[in-house]
Amino acid sequence: MATLIDELASAIAELEDEKVLELVTTRLDSGIAPLAIVDNLQQGMTEVGMRFESGDYFLSELVMCGEIMKDAMAVLEPHLAGADQQHRGSIVIGTVKGDVHDLGKNIVVMLLKGAGYNVIDLGIDVPAEKFIEALKESQAPLVGMSVLLTACQEGMKEIIEEIRAAGLKVAVIIGGNYVDEAVKNYVKADYFAHNASDAVKIADEIFTTARGSAHSA
Amino acid sequence: MTKNPEELYQERLKRVEDAIALRVPDRVPIVTFFSYFAARYAGITYEEYTYDAEKMLSAAIKVHEDFEPDMADIPGIYYLGPTLDALGFKQLRWPGRGVGPNKPYQFVEGEYMKAEEYDHFIEDPTDWIIRKYYPRICSEFEPFSQMAPFKFSFTYFNMGSLAPFGTPALQKAVDALKKAGEASMDALTYIMKFGQEMAKRGFPISLGGLTQAPYDTLGDYFRGTKGIMLDIYRRPEKLLRALDKLTPWMIELGVTSGKQSGNPFIFIPLHKGSDQFMNQDQFKTFYWPSLRKVMMGLIDAGMTPVVFVEADHTSRLEIMSDVPPGKVVYHLENTDIFKAKEILGDKVCLKGNVPMPILCLGTPDDVKAYCKKLIDVVGKNGGFIMDTSVSLEDAKIENARAMFDFTKDYGVYR
Ligand code: B12
Repeated sequence: MATLIDELASAIAELEDEKVLELVTTRLDSGIAPLAIVDNLQQGMTEVGMRFESGDYFLSELVMCGEIMKDAMAVLEPHLAGADQQHRGSIVIGTVKGDVHDLGKNIVVMLLKGAGYNVIDLGIDVPAEKFIEALKESQAPLVGMSVLLTACQEGMKEIIEEIRAAGLKVAVIIGGNYVDEAVKNYVKADYFAHNASDAVKIADEIFTTARGSAHSA
Repeated sequence: MTKNPEELYQERLKRVEDAIALRVPDRVPIVTFFSYFAARYAGITYEEYTYDAEKMLSAAIKVHEDFEPDMADIPGIYYLGPTLDALGFKQLRWPGRGVGPNKPYQFVEGEYMKAEEYDHFIEDPTDWIIRKYYPRICSEFEPFSQMAPFKFSFTYFNMGSLAPFGTPALQKAVDALKKAGEASMDALTYIMKFGQEMAKRGFPISLGGLTQAPYDTLGDYFRGTKGIMLDIYRRPEKLLRALDKLTPWMIELGVTSGKQSGNPFIFIPLHKGSDQFMNQDQFKTFYWPSLRKVMMGLIDAGMTPVVFVEADHTSRLEIMSDVPPGKVVYHLENTDIFKAKEILGDKVCLKGNVPMPILCLGTPDDVKAYCKKLIDVVGKNGGFIMDTSVSLEDAKIENARAMFDFTKDYGVYR
């Protein structure tokens, strides 16, 4: 387990919710840029994601961390409006229709945000139309889908078909507890990842190549 | 020499009882959940199994006649369609209603109890269930939110509190309650018929009732997975008080159902305390103590907890060994059953755990190889019941056949 130097990053990693809110408020009051504060929060969340993957943290810690982040963002958001959001690109993500599992997807979202992406999280039980709408609106070059119920795999395949049929040239990455190469091939996705850190690596790859071809998502 | 049904019944019951008491039976007993396998095997849809009582009954009988387990799997949690329809039940999607006609039912999670409602829940859970919870989970019971608490209507001068029942909305809700009651009565009749048909064929019923770990009841149905995890951090005292409230209630539920059915095997499925869900301190504080009390309460009343240890609980095994020997069954899903035999072998009868991937995708030889290992290692000196890791639902028929035949043949203690 890494220890974090920044007090705020460390407070979120240790799940000290009151301290997090206190630090966010005092830092805002002392004139620190809201985006810098978000950065520290995300460092902390990335650490939580890693601790989960290494078995030091459990689902309860993960859920609590997500909630602390939500509360902190509620304080920060009014100050962020207008701030020039620097990010490495947009990614649309959601749990596919019929499936409501989102704990795993949320870690992926956390780590992607921590890595500097603008993540548009569509939540759970997401139908094709919602994916397509968000992809059109954001011009994101990458869409992530989470599936844990094998019964929803067929639906995922159809969503991917519909996205392609709508003429969207996006890369599709899928994940979920049982997802592997065979599932990826079956649903005709481009990538899959077993865990959130691999998801970030793949996104980095895609966005590095995409930048070469002048993507401005 | 063929045995008559009564002899078969006693022989099978003794086989299972011996295993539970950690004695060596004549052979390894085999008891599984057939679940929707029964429908598929009989060539009917899951939807028919959920809605058509006659078809359900004959499918459930057939699968037992053909596979001859040591105890019968009661189809009560599948034949629910008419009752759920009458309620406008929203907490489940079931075959033909929200999921396809051949898909298993799914639970619809939600925060059906708000964090602010802990006090109401702890103070008067029945009132909370009637006026807050039912309206949220049954569309037909939405008007229950307009009732006055029944505790107000205790004598002549406050009969006015019954007035809301004079409104069309509540009258419609009461009609729905009546219909749900009829549907439920009808279902019960068929379940009793199933029991009689099984007895005629020499099969005892595997379960006589169901209850839950207090943490799971609160987390599954009321607060939701996320809600209860946040409560661990944000309102631990309320959470503990609610668990205290639920503990005698969960004991009463199990004991009452066991007494009514005359069958002491009480099912307890575990959901939210597995290895991934919480850390060990949280397990020791919020999950295990109340679960243990429920098990002890059942045992004190002469019941046998049959605990379905879902997902992986390998890291909890030491803690979970704190139960009286020979009184409890642990049915393991993905917990390391071989390690469990080492840790719990002299305490708890183990049940399980032929993995679903082998049953669904493997060959009969794969199944036999796994069963052999189970019988050799976990079955050593008794205290073991053969079962799948979850249910036979999606198993290939030839693999199910291999599991039964092999166990009955190779599982004989010599
Ligand atoms: C927690 C849980 C639930 C919770 C979900 C709470 C929530 N808000 O998410 C609740 C209780 C609601 C639930 C409900 C059900 N569940 Co459930 N559930 C689980 C459980 C125990 C853990 C899942 C989890 O969160 N894991 C932790 C996370 C961190 O891991 P993960 O999801 O795999 O995510 C990681 C990777 O897969 C990857 N990843 C995930 N998503 C993505 C996306 C992308 C783009 C990428 C790149 C990577 C990626 O990165 C993540 C981080 O490393 C699993 C069993 C298991 N051990 O997997 C069953 C399980 C998934 N559930 C199952 C079932 C059957 C159900 C129900 C149908 C049960 C029922 N009969 O009602 C319902 C279905 C509800 C629905 N319609 O979806 C089955 C699925 C079986 C199958 N093959 O279809 C499982 C496998 C349990 C089992 N053994 O039977 N469940």
